[in-house]
Amino acid sequence: MTPFGQVPAVCETVRPTRGALRFLACGSVDDGKSTLIGRLIADSGGLPEDQAATLQEESRRFGTCNGAVDFALLLDGLEAEREQGITVDVAYRFFATARRAFVVADTPGHQQYTRNMVTGASNAELAILLVDARKGLLEQTRRHAAIVSLLGIRHVVLAVNKIDLVDFDEPCFRAIAAAFTAFAAPLGFASAVAIPLSARHGDNVATRSERMPWHRGPALVEYLEAVDADAGADDHPFRFPVQWVNRPDGDFRGFSGTVASGRVRVGDRLVAAASGRIAEVARIVTFDGDLPVAAAGRSVTLVFRDAIDLGRGDLLADARNRPTVARRLAADLVWMDGAPALPGKRHLLKIGTSVVAATITRIADTLDVDSLRRLSGQALDPNGIARVEIETATPVAFDAYADNCGTGAFILVDEATGATVAAGMAAASLDRATNVHHQPEDVTPAVREGAKGQRATVVWLTGLPGSGKSTVANAVERKLVALGRQTMLLDGDNLRQGLNADLGFDTASRTENVRRVGEVAKLMADAGLIVLVALVSPFRADRARARALLPQGRFLEVFVDTPVEICRLRDPKGLYAKAERGKVANVTGRDQPYERPESPDLVLRTPELDPDQAADLVIAKVLAAPFA
Amino acid sequence: MQRPAHCTKIMTLPSLAQRLSLHLQCLEDEAIHILREVAAEFRNPVLLYSVGKDSSVLLHLVRKAFFPSPPPFPFLHIATGWDFRAVLEHRDRMAREYGLELLVHRNEAAARAGVNPFDTETGEYSRLMLTETLRAALDTHGFDAAIGGARRDEEKSRAKERIFSHRSQGHVWDPRRQRPELWRLFNTRLAPGETMRVFPLSNWTELDVWTYIQAEAIPIVPLYLAAERPVIVRDGALIAIDDAERCPHMDETAMLRRVRFRTLGCWPLTGAVESQAGDVAGVIAELRASRTSERQGRLVDAALQASMERKKREGYF
Repeated sequence: MTPFGQVPAVCETVRPTRGALRFLACGSVDDGKSTLIGRLIADSGGLPEDQAATLQEESRRFGTCNGAVDFALLLDGLEAEREQGITVDVAYRFFATARRAFVVADTPGHQQYTRNMVTGASNAELAILLVDARKGLLEQTRRHAAIVSLLGIRHVVLAVNKIDLVDFDEPCFRAIAAAFTAFAAPLGFASAVAIPLSARHGDNVATRSERMPWHRGPALVEYLEAVDADAGADDHPFRFPVQWVNRPDGDFRGFSGTVASGRVRVGDRLVAAASGRIAEVARIVTFDGDLPVAAAGRSVTLVFRDAIDLGRGDLLADARNRPTVARRLAADLVWMDGAPALPGKRHLLKIGTSVVAATITRIADTLDVDSLRRLSGQALDPNGIARVEIETATPVAFDAYADNCGTGAFILVDEATGATVAAGMAAASLDRATNVHHQPEDVTPAVREGAKGQRATVVWLTGLPGSGKSTVANAVERKLVALGRQTMLLDGDNLRQGLNADLGFDTASRTENVRRVGEVAKLMADAGLIVLVALVSPFRADRARARALLPQGRFLEVFVDTPVEICRLRDPKGLYAKAERGKVANVTGRDQPYERPESPDLVLRTPELDPDQAADLVIAKVLAAPFA
Repeated sequence: MQRPAHCTKIMTLPSLAQRLSLHLQCLEDEAIHILREVAAEFRNPVLLYSVGKDSSVLLHLVRKAFFPSPPPFPFLHIATGWDFRAVLEHRDRMAREYGLELLVHRNEAAARAGVNPFDTETGEYSRLMLTETLRAALDTHGFDAAIGGARRDEEKSRAKERIFSHRSQGHVWDPRRQRPELWRLFNTRLAPGETMRVFPLSNWTELDVWTYIQAEAIPIVPLYLAAERPVIVRDGALIAIDDAERCPHMDETAMLRRVRFRTLGCWPLTGAVESQAGDVAGVIAELRASRTSERQGRLVDAALQASMERKKREGYF
């Protein structure tokens, strides 16, 4: 890390041909962030005369500078905000000097608007953290630095603003810079530079100030022009999410997308990560002619030598350096929704161009951004950051975000409201079997169920012990077989004598029990069978996880709703009686909670139904879905 | 394979174009990515084609994004009846040359009721002839995504606009309900009745647009280049008389001036600037030296501070 205040040399070696620098500016409410950005635009000559006139008019009406030009008004663009005098959304601003173009994301400092900061940070290469020279580092500054680091931004500038209000005092600046160095050391920035400045008066913004001769470093703009924030995505292995299948006629079949990392050459052998299929690049097509090679960031269309079955959502990769493919992953989430995260709830996860159903199965710990410590905690509240475990319905291909932002970043979308509820950064696969890559199958589940002439489905009967799950499941299976269907019954008690003989009845064992039964049910459904599961499965999250294994509409949650008093009376296996005598512990409905399904596909109130009637209701549901 | 009706022409391979600066190359790649995302994720998208310089860049980017396939969605022009003639000529030529499926909508009822840019209050005129017509056209065809050429550098409330801008039922833009836009992972999920506006040029500036037009030799409406035109002065703006028979202000003395336009709206409401820039290079040179913003010539915007935010809430482009 470059020590503070020792970077003048970098400004002498400017490369004029860079792309625009995208950076974000963050700070607390009164640090003068909008004023700084307004000043950057105005001093770079980017403020047209008519906008300047409007600004003067508005400064008189709304300004906080006693009628003098208030640069903050340039940015607070929405009427509602201007009246409140705060910035409540990310604004993007553009300015250019003779040497470089800039895109600034102005992000608000209020704690409740962390989501805006994360949004701005996700597309930035550098961050300016503003502090007020009179106040030094605040909780917000620490929080912002932590978020910037988490989002993988490797270059920060600490802008110590309002230095005029401390009489351009060097020791004051040095103290703030030193405090930040200490705080930021564990955050792993590649460069962190502190610059004393006054946004209001322009000192050390565009040009070096004569009022701070002790500052030998560059002015802010000089530094921004020179900084080389190139993420080096070119050094990473090739990754290409297929975005759009380009097929104008029978002769041309290409796969359009943007190179997420690395580069691709004609003749390269690529693998479709999820299917494991391999193909050789024949052409790299663009409107302006074929390319021999395409690097990160280029939007191109790939054509292969051999026919390959690919579609939107597939991730193409270097066959010798493949991404992780897993259904269970650990990830950091920044929670953006107004309501806390709900483990077990079904979301859509978008990664690259792929969208899959996913649930948060566990909140492992939360990040305390002030201490930078991970605290144990089961809640992920709005604007919170946590390490979670996620399970997806089908395997997803990804890299760790720290290794490759392009293929490690994802969003979670609420299926019902359509809102983006979280920004996600993949950390690792939780599938035990790592380095296992999917072996392509020629006969697919659809072919197998087609051969059986039925729609493969999992019917999951959940309820208290003694509620009648096994009885109903048996009746359903008898009737389906009589109708010529091919079925399998997975009964919890029976499985515990074999597959799950090693498991007990504590919470963790119950979760693992349900996980295994869910996986077996999925395999059997892949085989084309109608699978009946009779399992207490007391926890909602565990059932949601089982549901997520199957395509939508192929999992029917049937709640066998029998009051506990009746279960106790029936007690077909003498379980409740033993529990009363203290012979067994952990009986659901007695010692352990049972979480009722919130929106089951079918409810069977067994006190009002005999097993035959109950079975008919289930069968009606199973056969109602059209056979595709 | 059966192709949709509007795909009347497969594009031919052009010669290698002039190399773009790294900055413009990045902007082009980003815009192509956005356009493909729209084609892949939406059921029935449309491109809002105003025939202006930003629309011309969009058209060019669409040809690039889907090459060698033709544009996979139709182009929609909202006409007011007070469009510059050169705009309509250019529109029809582009549609012909590039095999576009062109849809043209106009608020005939309002025109019959006598709504016109001279007598109707400007804000009301804009609402009836543009906003209402656009909303009606989107509803008629059931478009779920509309691609527009708006840029964040145009105006303050645009600076906070998303690339994928969510519209509630009735095309209403609610600034508080906009979704955070993370990385390049655009959330395209819509509930019934909701729609999306998509702005692939969000991160372009006016100068980027012009330098790209120059580098790629993109055809534009000649009104963007300076020429001798008859103009009158109205509310301080230079108005070019595009159709003398429909101009009730002919008693005002029309003067011949060498002018060009920075934006193209309805001719009676679009101010020209005096200019010597007869080609794109000249426009860029003037732009670099310029001290006013491009919307300055629009009487529609001058009407009210924060007028863009209001118009957007109502469902404007």
